[in-house]
Amino acid sequence: MSNNEKLIQTFAHTLQIDPAQVTDDLKYNAIAEWDSVGHMSLVAALEETFGILLDTDDIIELSSVAQARAILAKYDVSF
Amino acid sequence: MSASDLFRLDGRVALVTGASRGIGAAIAQTLAHAGAEVWLAGRDLGALESAAAACPRGKTLPLDVTDEAAIKAAMLKIRQTSGGLDILINNAGIMAPAMLATTRAASLDAMLRTHVSGSFLCAQLAARLMSARQGGAILNMASVMGTRGAAGFSAYGASKAAVVGMTLALAKELAPLQIRVNALAPGFIETDLTAGIEDSARAQALADIGMGRFGQPQDVAAAALYLVSPAAAYVTGQVLGIDGAMKV
Repeated sequence: MSNNEKLIQTFAHTLQIDPAQVTDDLKYNAIAEWDSVGHMSLVAALEETFGILLDTDDIIELSSVAQARAILAKYDVSF
Repeated sequence: MSASDLFRLDGRVALVTGASRGIGAAIAQTLAHAGAEVWLAGRDLGALESAAAACPRGKTLPLDVTDEAAIKAAMLKIRQTSGGLDILINNAGIMAPAMLATTRAASLDAMLRTHVSGSFLCAQLAARLMSARQGGAILNMASVMGTRGAAGFSAYGASKAAVVGMTLALAKELAPLQIRVNALAPGFIETDLTAGIEDSARAQALADIGMGRFGQPQDVAAAALYLVSPAAAYVTGQVLGIDGAMKV
């Protein structure tokens, strides 16, 4: 499974949404499932999936799927 | 579930900070004998090794909780080695009793950094590891000095009162993630931390304890086991006094 597929699957599974909804422009708080509680679960799931621990500044910045991809790239996760 | 099963921690991974001696070592040993895989963290590796020797499957982890990068490295190591984390005991602590006029700002800062910032940062990362496992338990070490106060403990008490506030907030914030957050508020427990208290103050403290004895680390460890065990599955946001009816 590619890292992009892992990313989409992690978003979809954690937020319990259809994978088709996981597009670059999906933003934090834009859907009910991605609220503050969902965000914490999402961060934890992304960290678990990619074997990293994000810095707090990056968690604060992580407000869209596109940003998630950019932030993960800083941790040597290539897409 | 049988009565004894309620207090079993088989399959759980626990991190105990300040585990090299005293209350932390007693908690680590108690959790280990309840079945948990325990990481004993602290600054004194030699003392940690001694404490870990009494813990079945105990693992040591050099850690200064005032070092944010070290906390992150510790959490990564726990996840890589043990697969995750279920229990965090924020026990690391320092005590420097002093009256207001003789408390240095550096002493106040050291207690705030160890008790408040250290516990906060450990909880911040631990909660993410626990969230990935659909739940967990965090236990913070407050103090009777932080809930009721005592002369000579303004800096220490301030830091422990902050721990109480953090506990209450995190209990509410993390409840949707099935992470429970509680605190213990020990009274006078006989440890290295209290060994330096003057004899006259010890005598006064003993006179103020309804049960007529100082607490022992195991008294605190037993309460810790309860709060992180399945027996307390619906208990969160509580500050449990362990003080033998101490008048402060």
